[in-house]
Amino acid sequence: MSAPNFSDPSLLRGLTQRRFGRRDALKLSGLAASGAALAACGVQGKGTSTASAAPDAIAQYWNGKVKNGNMRFAGWPLYMDPKQPELKQFTQKTGITVKYQEVIQEMGPWFAKVQPQLSAGQSIGYDLMVITNSFQFTQFRDSGFLAPLDLAKLPNYTKNAADSYKKEAFDPGNQYSIPWASGMTGIAYDRSKTKRDITKLSDLWDPAFKGKIGMFSDIQELGNFGLLAVGADPGKSTADDWEKAAAKLKEQKPLVRKYYDQSYVEALGNGDVWITQAWSGDIFQKNLSDGSDFRFVIPEEGGTIWTDNMTIPVTAENPVDALMLMDFFYEVPIAASLANYINYVCPVPGAQAQMRTDAGKLTGEDKDAALAVANSKLVFPTAAEYSKLHYYVAFETISEQQKFQKTFEPIVLG
Amino acid sequence: MKNRVKRQLAPYLLVLPGGIWLLIFFAVPMITMLSLSLQEGDIVNGYRFTGHWQTYVDAISSYQTQIVRSLIYGAVATIILIALAFPVAYWIAFHGGKRKSTYLFLLLLPFFVSFVLRTISWGQILADEGPVVSPLRSIGLVGDSFHILGTSYAVIGGLVYNFLPFMVLPIYVALERIDPRVVEAARDLYANPAVTFRKVIFPLALPGVFAGVLMTFVPASSDYVNSAVLGSAGTTMIGQVIQAQYLVNSDYPTASALSFVLMAVLLIGVFLYARMLGTEDVMKVAAR
Repeated sequence: MSAPNFSDPSLLRGLTQRRFGRRDALKLSGLAASGAALAACGVQGKGTSTASAAPDAIAQYWNGKVKNGNMRFAGWPLYMDPKQPELKQFTQKTGITVKYQEVIQEMGPWFAKVQPQLSAGQSIGYDLMVITNSFQFTQFRDSGFLAPLDLAKLPNYTKNAADSYKKEAFDPGNQYSIPWASGMTGIAYDRSKTKRDITKLSDLWDPAFKGKIGMFSDIQELGNFGLLAVGADPGKSTADDWEKAAAKLKEQKPLVRKYYDQSYVEALGNGDVWITQAWSGDIFQKNLSDGSDFRFVIPEEGGTIWTDNMTIPVTAENPVDALMLMDFFYEVPIAASLANYINYVCPVPGAQAQMRTDAGKLTGEDKDAALAVANSKLVFPTAAEYSKLHYYVAFETISEQQKFQKTFEPIVLG
Repeated sequence: MKNRVKRQLAPYLLVLPGGIWLLIFFAVPMITMLSLSLQEGDIVNGYRFTGHWQTYVDAISSYQTQIVRSLIYGAVATIILIALAFPVAYWIAFHGGKRKSTYLFLLLLPFFVSFVLRTISWGQILADEGPVVSPLRSIGLVGDSFHILGTSYAVIGGLVYNFLPFMVLPIYVALERIDPRVVEAARDLYANPAVTFRKVIFPLALPGVFAGVLMTFVPASSDYVNSAVLGSAGTTMIGQVIQAQYLVNSDYPTASALSFVLMAVLLIGVFLYARMLGTEDVMKVAAR
């Protein structure tokens, strides 16, 4: 589980970044002058007016960049087999050594952490990072912090990725990112407690489960379910829909036990909640590792699909090596190996057949487990499942995003 | 002549390291934060100083509930802490005998484990199917919907648990310093134990209580770990709001403004408290 993020030294560094020169400090003696000193410590932004890269940006960025033989990769906990078999194969094949670290736990804190360095044009110490298509993805993109990708250097991606991943609203045409894995947000429940099957979103509003309902504290996840509950498609929703959704969620609030982060998995295990908003891979993993029997459904009204994406920070020291690794994860056997461990939606459809083949070589329980993953609709959703999944709200501007945040925030921070 | 200059400079030189420390690690961040709270903009396009006081008005009107709630939680926790800590400190100070330091060590022992971890463990213990609630439910003492986790009781309980040593230690120190002959004199003058306690021991322990209140009320009111881990949607404390504004929303002006409001409220509260209790008297007693 990811504990809430506590005092972050790099944030402090970011907040105090504008240096106070000796002269500034002296100015503090006068009241009028102190106003000027206050004004001197603004937080600099790097906003660019356009969301898309200029046509020659790719050539400009990659010009003169060469393979260096090593790279550093910022990932999330439980998002790769700790033995890192895929990275070992990569090193074998290309000679590039990869230092993989699970340093990202939540998008907000991660953005806050690297923003000051990226703003100052300094390396963040990583050449590849996996980021979710959240508010922060937009912030990374619009601040010009992401390197434009040279798709010509990603042949495996072009060949093997499912088409739906090539036109996602948050980054159409994969200008800055290609998927690492996707996941679905739906409802998880404990059948022995609810005493009935859960099929609809309105079950999350059922007074019979008062105090046993869990929702996400993530504003987008929460907002999405509010929007679906009032019959709006999150990806196409308007400010009016947001208001309606917020009202609907406020109605639900007295029934809600808590707005959870990743800790909802424990809450479900402890019996604190019987029915909760949930991420597909978590429930699958929990059942597989604890032998529990929690169920996961995409509600009739629909669920959402999100994508964690591989991106290259614009200040990366080894971008060519990073780009090679990105493409490597789209080789079918590698994609299969990764999906087999993480149990999240695999962006490479061809990996399913590969996983079945791989499972066939195993015996006994291992074989059953491997087949369970290969045949899971949570890892390889069928067309019917995909049709029930909605994309996130795609924000055009940061003020739009702030409006969304302000609309739903009072529900979580009650 | 040279010596006189040196002598005059000496006190300033002695203050210098502390002064620089205070300037760098307190004054500079404070001023930066004050500046931030008066800026407008967003994280992508940057924040600019505009002297925008409206942020304070908006922040207070949006989050006054959480501010008031935090103060109430802090105050309740502090009162419970005094009630719990005083007997403990009293017993260690007067009846601890040779093992005093062992008892103090035991009191501090849990602090060798991160308090976040301990708080999370409480979350497990108090869970709906944890070792506390489950048995109560199975013997029928409480109903099906009964729960401790996610209530204000759990949050205040967590605060009390986490801050207990900070109340015990100052009271212990105050009690420990009481000259046993003063107590003996009270007995010699025919004061019974209750009167001795009320008229001699308790007044002498007040400076410790005062210090304990400062050391617990201020951090307890601004704490966010306990409410985040043990609380629910209805127990959000202001520390959580500030954390979310800084780290989740990157809304630095609102977060800074809230921090200042919280600091001001706490400072005023502590100031009034010191005045009401008559710090000078307390300090005089302490100085003796």
